[in-house]
Amino acid sequence: MKVFKSFTGIVVPLDRSNVDTDAIIPKQYLKSIKRSGFGPNLFDEWRYLDAGEPGDDHAKRRENPDFILNQPRYREAQILLGRENFGCGSSREHAVWSFLDYGISVVIAPSFADIFYSNSFKNGLLSITLDGDVIDKLFEETLATDNYQLTIDLENLSVSTPDGDNYLFELENGLQERLLQGMDDIALTLSLSDEIRDYEAKRKQQAPWLFAE
Amino acid sequence: MAARTLYDKLWDDHIVHDNGDGSALVYIDRQLIHEVTSPQAFEGLKMNSRKPWRLDANLAVPDHNVPTHHRGQIDDPVARLQLSTLDDNCKETGITKFEMNDPRQGIVHVIGPEQGACLPGMTIVCGDSHTSTNGALGALAFGIGTSEVEHALATQCLILRKAKNMQVIVDGQLGNGVTAKDMVLAIIGEIGTAGGTGHTIEFTGEAISALSMEGRMTVCNMAIEAGARAGLIAVDDKTIEYIEGRPFAPEGETWDRAVEAWQDLKSDADAHFDKIVRINAADIQPQVTWGTSPEMVVPVTGEVPDPAAETDSSVREGMQHALTYMDLTPGTAIKDIKIDKVFIGSCTNSRIEDIRSAAEVIEGKHIADNVILAMVVPGSGLVKLQAEKEGLDQIFIDAGFEWREPGCSMCLGMNEDRLAPGERCASTSNRNFEGRQGQGGRTHLLSPAMAAAAAVAGHFVDVREL
Ligand code: SF4
Repeated sequence: MKVFKSFTGIVVPLDRSNVDTDAIIPKQYLKSIKRSGFGPNLFDEWRYLDAGEPGDDHAKRRENPDFILNQPRYREAQILLGRENFGCGSSREHAVWSFLDYGISVVIAPSFADIFYSNSFKNGLLSITLDGDVIDKLFEETLATDNYQLTIDLENLSVSTPDGDNYLFELENGLQERLLQGMDDIALTLSLSDEIRDYEAKRKQQAPWLFAE
Repeated sequence: MAARTLYDKLWDDHIVHDNGDGSALVYIDRQLIHEVTSPQAFEGLKMNSRKPWRLDANLAVPDHNVPTHHRGQIDDPVARLQLSTLDDNCKETGITKFEMNDPRQGIVHVIGPEQGACLPGMTIVCGDSHTSTNGALGALAFGIGTSEVEHALATQCLILRKAKNMQVIVDGQLGNGVTAKDMVLAIIGEIGTAGGTGHTIEFTGEAISALSMEGRMTVCNMAIEAGARAGLIAVDDKTIEYIEGRPFAPEGETWDRAVEAWQDLKSDADAHFDKIVRINAADIQPQVTWGTSPEMVVPVTGEVPDPAAETDSSVREGMQHALTYMDLTPGTAIKDIKIDKVFIGSCTNSRIEDIRSAAEVIEGKHIADNVILAMVVPGSGLVKLQAEKEGLDQIFIDAGFEWREPGCSMCLGMNEDRLAPGERCASTSNRNFEGRQGQGGRTHLLSPAMAAAAAVAGHFVDVREL
């Protein structure tokens, strides 16, 4: 998991609420058994005019010039600005892998769907929640300014604008630390193996039907 | 002890380690596994030389990619590799898996309850958001991402943050021809697709109690479409009756003990809910979605809404966008919308009761000329066998429907069952997102009886008027 302490990147504004994971990465690409290679198919149906299948040479497909990610000024974007209920729909972690593979490592939105939010942090994609008013302002500024960049500071949990505005955001306890140290969740849990076994022993007494003989 | 909700009880029962910051290490009793969201999890285990913590807690089945036409061969090499990867991973680890041609195979959320592999009081996870279906059994069941699949495999636990408690009360009785699907669509129409975000929704009230177990599963299935990771319904006699005798269910003295323990799986009378929504069942009409989000739903007697009447600009734009995609004009009566295809299936509506209710509507009738494909995809091999025993397959075939093998099929079109661009489908599934059933395809969600009625008429009709 690649993790940063502080990072500055170009912002692309995606002005739609309820962006769902089917839109982020369509089903035909979920057949892959890998974690990588999803970048060319991020927002596939919005990004290309022709239909795509796994194995296609996506560089040869016709791009939709109207889709925001295809506009020259946003080509190098690393931060996506979104609207309400971002990432709703299915649990596919492929959605998060697609952003990272494409090169977007931060999504800022007023609200996220629960599973997408939790998936994002497992992979080092930073999902940042800011107030609707702030988001509106960031949309305006991004649209009005070429090469608009934001700086994300993970140690201070802040987003700062080129004008020097500074917005603080919150992360759940432990998440910030885990991200900064790049800790492996499974190793952390396995360090509590004895507690898991104690729980199981107790549970077997109370509810033996939960354990096959 | 203070009064607790059902969710509070399930949560408390599964805490292995309280982190003291609102999060906890939570024990997982059952993990269901399918081919799409598990390969990278097994790979992660292997890379770190880890083994599954407990084999008997896992049950695997292929469903998303399987062909529904013939089971002889899978033409798509990418799908084939994914299916064989599940095979290999289960063989290597020793996890029980139902093969594609096993009659017990089916959609993961259908087979869990059907096998008695999902029981009241359990924590149940699967790398699939519709795991919420199992909440109908009084279990805490929710979808997880692939990293969490790996985590649950390796440790039998997950690090979770407790959600808030939400209660949706459905008072009174549903009218004739109005089903669990209409109820849950109406709830989503009322609270919105983010209405339950951050919450676990417990569905209560007279109309919920009156539902069959199948109907309860339909409601909990779509809790995720209301934004909630988990939906719940308290255990009652129907729950226990449903489970008794199923292959994985406890027996004998253990059964008696289990039944006694399950009696407590309901919210205490004065338990606190952070959010309460009350709906009157008698007000619910048969529902049809018109847009590209499940909250874009109206009664079949209604019409396509006009964005101009919407004051919130971002909602208005969303509606306009959806209308363009769906090729619909504001003011069009829902009943005037013609359809090209009909899909009866998915983990929302592919259980025996769903198939019976659709068969009842089409018996002795035929699909309309403009309907180019109408298909029934049973939720499992056992549902299919049961339907065939009742002669329902023949009713569908006589009516011009295709009778398929079980799987996810055109709910998401990972196999070859898809909509072509521009095609309009009456679908009993749960998501009408852009491209969900095939790129450029247009999905209208509705109940099985309403889908069957639409197949016969060639456009939407009010099933109550038949
Ligand atoms: S039937 Fe549809 S919603 Fe259900 S698990 Fe399969 S793809 Fe997902």
